[in-house]
Amino acid sequence: MIGIDAVIAEISGLKRQDLERWIANAWVRPDRAAGDYVFREIDVTRARLILEMRDEMEIDEDALPVVLLLLDQLYDLRRQMRDLNNAFMQVAPIDVRRDVAAHLATHPR
Amino acid sequence: MADPYTTLGVPRDASQDAIRDAYRKLAKQHHPDLNPGNAKAEDTFKAVSAANSILSDPEKRGKFDRGEMDASGQEQAPRESYRDHAEGGSGRRYSRTGSQSGGWSDADFGDIFNSVFGERRKTDDDRPSHGQDERYALSTSFLDAVNGATRRLTLPDGRTLEVKIPPGTADGQVLRLRGLGGPGRNGAPAGDALIEINVAAHRQFHRDGKDIRLALPVTLTEAVLGGDVEVPTPGGLVNMRVPPRADSGTELRLRGRGVPAHDGLPAGDLYAKLNVVLGAPDEALEEFLRNWKPKNPIDPRQDMREQP
Repeated sequence: MIGIDAVIAEISGLKRQDLERWIANAWVRPDRAAGDYVFREIDVTRARLILEMRDEMEIDEDALPVVLLLLDQLYDLRRQMRDLNNAFMQVAPIDVRRDVAAHLATHPR
Repeated sequence: MADPYTTLGVPRDASQDAIRDAYRKLAKQHHPDLNPGNAKAEDTFKAVSAANSILSDPEKRGKFDRGEMDASGQEQAPRESYRDHAEGGSGRRYSRTGSQSGGWSDADFGDIFNSVFGERRKTDDDRPSHGQDERYALSTSFLDAVNGATRRLTLPDGRTLEVKIPPGTADGQVLRLRGLGGPGRNGAPAGDALIEINVAAHRQFHRDGKDIRLALPVTLTEAVLGGDVEVPTPGGLVNMRVPPRADSGTELRLRGRGVPAHDGLPAGDLYAKLNVVLGAPDEALEEFLRNWKPKNPIDPRQDMREQP
């Protein structure tokens, strides 16, 4: 289990008050156990990405919700595409898959 | 590796500010978390980061300019990134469609897929239909996921499932237990139970693909004079020799002590990054330092002044 102190120690340049504000904004959503935050690896990497976007890419915090909204939708779509692909691999016969691949290759997007 | 000035697109006499601006501009465009699935962006970003790690550091830049250092060897170790998690099942934590459990909600079908799958809800009642896949989540400790474990999962209907978590299981990975999902109708087979494994982060270990990283506290004596130290690994304590004249930040590799071999992949390595801990200095150390005239004095804060 990893708590807020360990996350702050792990990500160089991250200040506690920033991370607490991001959690309050629901930009980072750790679990809670007995009143303490418990972070999964995805939460830690997301906090680091937010820090990089703010400090290295100079996206200020007023604009960050827009970026996160679009980013989350991008990953939603990628997961959906992957689910769809997996379902297709399991359900569709090989010749149907070949036909679809051929159709996609010859039709403009 | 290409010339770092060419990679960042700056002249050889560029100021540190110009280098930082060029790096930031390229990072915005090529950051892999903003370009998931785009291997070219990822390669470009790696090259840009490596070039920046030389040119942003006036000392390394000077060495490179004087030909004392070449551009290779500056590739940074691949590190765990947001997209590795967001692409997998664990990414649903930050989903905007509201579907947290796994199966597709109506919002997932949405306007893109509805025209393809709009017929899905009209099913003939007397036709055989395959049982639904049922999704569950199982939380596990970091070490159980790395080393493998068997866990019992109690389902809402009271059934229990023995779930074998194989060694090397990653956060968000989904295990499929065939035939243990919802019952089939009219003679069709049952669906599968899909178990998403949520791996808790560990206090000291961090997973990086098949490698494990940790920060290893060492004493001043161990760092300067070297010595044997015990290092925790997922498989237990292992002895490691710290070479003389090591420093905070020195990274040592224990080959084969990362994530154990699994699925035909060889075992990963464990990277221990040294962290010098002084503890409570005594009079003898104070006395020594007062009289110590370093042969090679350093200015550890040089960077900070040049790049505030």
